[in-house]
This record gives sequence, C-alpha cells and structure tokens, in this order.
Amino acid sequence: MNLSVEVAGVPFKNPLIAASGTFGFGEEYNELYDVSCLGGICSKGLTLHPKDGNEGYRVWETASGMMNSVGLQNPGVEAFVQTGIAQMRRFGNVLIANMGGHSMDDYITGASMLSESDIDMLELNISCPNVKSGGMAFGIKADVAKEVVSNVRKVCSKPLIVKLSPNAENIVEMALACEEAGADALSLVNTFQAMAIDLRKRKPVFNNVYAGLSGAAIKPIALRMVHSVCKRVQVPVIGIGGIYTAEDVLEFVMAGAAAVQLGTVHFNNPLAGREVLEALSQLCRREGIADIGEIRGIC
Amino acid sequence: MKYLESKVVDNQRLTDDIYVLCVTYQGDAVQAGQFYMLKSWDTELTLMRPISVFKSDNDHLWFMYRTVGQGTKRMTLLAKGDSIRLLGPCGNGYPCESIKGKVAVVGGGVGIPPLCETAKVLQKNGAEVDAFLGFRDVLFAVEDFEPWCSRIFVSTEKGEEGYRGFVTDLLKPEEYDVVLTCGPEVMMRKVAAMCAEAGVTCYCSLENRMACGIGACLGCSIRTRNGMKRVCKDGPVFLSSELNW
Repeated sequence: MNLSVEVAGVPFKNPLIAASGTFGFGEEYNELYDVSCLGGICSKGLTLHPKDGNEGYRVWETASGMMNSVGLQNPGVEAFVQTGIAQMRRFGNVLIANMGGHSMDDYITGASMLSESDIDMLELNISCPNVKSGGMAFGIKADVAKEVVSNVRKVCSKPLIVKLSPNAENIVEMALACEEAGADALSLVNTFQAMAIDLRKRKPVFNNVYAGLSGAAIKPIALRMVHSVCKRVQVPVIGIGGIYTAEDVLEFVMAGAAAVQLGTVHFNNPLAGREVLEALSQLCRREGIADIGEIRGIC
Repeated sequence: MKYLESKVVDNQRLTDDIYVLCVTYQGDAVQAGQFYMLKSWDTELTLMRPISVFKSDNDHLWFMYRTVGQGTKRMTLLAKGDSIRLLGPCGNGYPCESIKGKVAVVGGGVGIPPLCETAKVLQKNGAEVDAFLGFRDVLFAVEDFEPWCSRIFVSTEKGEEGYRGFVTDLLKPEEYDVVLTCGPEVMMRKVAAMCAEAGVTCYCSLENRMACGIGACLGCSIRTRNGMKRVCKDGPVFLSSELNW
C-alpha cells in the first residue's frame, strides 16, 4: 500500500505535512513521538527580521476550532538559516520553510536567503498585512499577490509553494494568479479572519481585534476551496483546513490535493501526526486503495 | 513528557465550583509547580486544559480545579473508572531543590493547589514553610497544607473564617528567605512588590491561554525582562524580577 506522493518534483514518503505555526520546528512534538514519520514539516512562519509577536491573548477556543493571533513570533530568517535548518534536518523528512513579509523588500530579501540555504521547499505566506497598504494582506487581491510571487520567483530557485488565504477576494482567481506568477505548488487554506469578544471584560479577546479561525469548523469550506482550485490549476495543491482524521485526508485527496497539512488537530491530540498516519494506512487498506494517487481528484 | 490515558479514581466536589480530581499515574516524575494539559473529551472541545498538580504520590496525581468554563465544567462529569487524557508534566515548576531556609507560599483562590505540592517538597527538603492562603469567601484545601507547614494564615475577602481582607495584609516578606506565590495577577503583583521592597527573592507562577501546552505554538508567550517567554515551557514559574511588573 503506497502512501508516497510527489509535490513539485519533491518526493514525500506520505502525504502528511505538519502545518506552519502549529509545530514549532519539530522539537517539542518530537519528544512525544518520532516526527520523522511525517512526510514533511513546515517551519514556524519566518520573517526577514526576528519578531516578538502580538501582546495580549494569542489563542482562543471556539466551537469546533480555535482562533489565533500569535503575530508571527519567530527568530528571523538568518537565525533559522544558521541553526533552525540543521535542527529540522535531523528528522529526515521534507523540510519546508514558511516565510512571510510585511513589505516587498522583506519578501525578496528573505526569499533569496532561504533559496541559498538547505531547505527543500519554500512555502510563501501571503496572508501577512502589508504595512504600505494600511495593513491589507498581500493575499487578498490577486494582482498584489501576483506581484509578490513574481518577485519571489525571480530570487528563489527552490520549489515554491504559495500558501493562499481564504480571505482572498476570489480564491480561484488568486490561485490562477499565483500559478501564472510562477508558483510550483499551492497550499490552501490559511486561517479565516474572525473575531471573539470577551463578555466579562466587554472587549475583543484579541488586541488586534480580528484573529485567524482554524480547526474542524472550517473544514467544509476549506474542502470546497481546494476542490474549486484543483479544477482550474495545473500545479499540485496541498490541502489545509480542519483535517483531524484519515477520513479527512482522503476527502481532500479526492478533492484533488496532492498532500495535506495537519494543524489545529495537534493541540487536540498531541499524537495526531502519528495516529492519522497509522489510520491512513489502515483506511486505504480497508477501502482497497493500493496507491493514494488512485483517488486523487476523483471528485 | 508523555501523552497518557489515565483512569479516574475520584472526582470530588468540595464547594460550588471547586473539585478535586484524583487519577492513576504511571508517567514521568512530576515536580512541584508543574501542570498537565487535561482532556475528558475527544474533539467536542478543541483544546486541552492546563491544570496544576495539587498533590502527587507514586501512583496518583491530584488536580484541584475551579469550574470556570466549558472544559472544567465537562470535567465535573468524570466518575471513578472513567478515562482521562494527560499531557505532561508541563512547565518548569518551582526550583525547590535550590530553596532552603524559611519559605512563605502565598496563594490566592485556585492558585493555592500547586502550592500544596510545593510546600510538601520544600518541607521534605528541610525548608520551614509558612502558608498564606487567601480566599474570596469559601475555604478549601487548608487541611492539605497542615502536614507540611509550620504556620498557616487564612484570609477571606467576604467570608466568615480567618482574617477579613487580603492575604497580603498578613505577609511580612522580611521574615523569609524566599516567597513563592500563585494566584490572581493582582495578588501576585502585590506580593512581588512587597518582596522587592524587602529585598526578598520571589517566584510567581503565571497562567495564560494555551493551545499546545508544550512550547510549540507560541500561543502563551509573554514579554519579560529577558525577552519573550512561553508560559507553558519557560514558565509557568518566573522570578518576579524577570517580569515587567
């Protein structure tokens, strides 16, 4: 029973990838189980310069999910290149560096540095607010995203995954624009812009007022978006959004995904990475699926 | 640190909103001031709940918790024989091995339970421990401190027993070598200020909203004098002098 997949020329021993921001650089969850078992790990989102992240509450549970506004706390691209990569390499799986930026220059400089490093793939986070356009994220309008991806493409020789925001004006248009601009693959979706209010304090929970919603609640919408994008693009698509079980994984593959990311589920079940992998093998066997590629895009 | 399934031995209601949960335990050795991420559900609630260790022995852990929200309310349904999942031990705990002499543990409300395990460890290590326990109205856990403490001071803001007022009114930090505190932030800030004034070392145990509980997600990070720290992993215990208070 073959779970191996290929995304933009990069071989993965299985389609499970740990989502950026939910897994650090792999160290912590590796204390609970051997994270080498995963097909790949996305690093915490990096920015050119180190960031402390947001003040106040950063996480909040919701029905069937959670919200986060961590604010990209990270050690910066240089520190990651110096020490983070070697740390992640020990796991022997596909090493995906996730990077965001707040200005075009940051994206270009950061991407150049990472392109020269030993990462396997670069996942471009375009959900970051653009300081120059009053904080509107790069990934809302297709033409803005196209410019970022084009500029990064010029300096990045590594396989380039563009991670799409579901808050985009039109996710299919966004996907096509990023493909046109040179993305080797797309990953979708990032978190949905959402809000919570703390009744006792009579204030928004988050200092930034809005925060990103993730988890099981978003799965049906994420699945629809993956499906609609897969219908239109040629490049491989990595599915993300409320995937908690092996059944969820297969749904995304049937919708067209070449691989998937697991995020919020790690907080509900710290062993999810390993358990979903084991369950995936068993499920494929039960369903008579000899090779996971057999069912890709059948819906 | 492990993710384990344990069995409930007992889940006793002490007051309107305070319960004591006892579970079987075969995991890693636990240190005073550490906590576990708990869940008594599957995916009905997304996140696990961080609850401090109240007491421990070779085969059991005790957690004393207040029903503040959906998770802790669900935990009240646990009965003997039920399964519960534990992730931990989490956090750094109080540095008990390096604490000698006269120690005050100052607790407020549901910050009191972790100080009980702490008092026991300190006393067994040869320290002399006084407990200062502050409540809103109803008392709980006071008896559990008796085997380990030379003196126990109790205060309530609105209740009938002990001193009427704040527990910090009763504390004289200069009488101690170290002060350990856990409870509402406003109380801990007061304790920290009193200790700073008296030149006495003070350790505070913080809490924060958490997702992973193990230092991976950065959901619980706070700003300190030594940069950003994760309450779940670099804490929850911090030197008061390290905090931006």
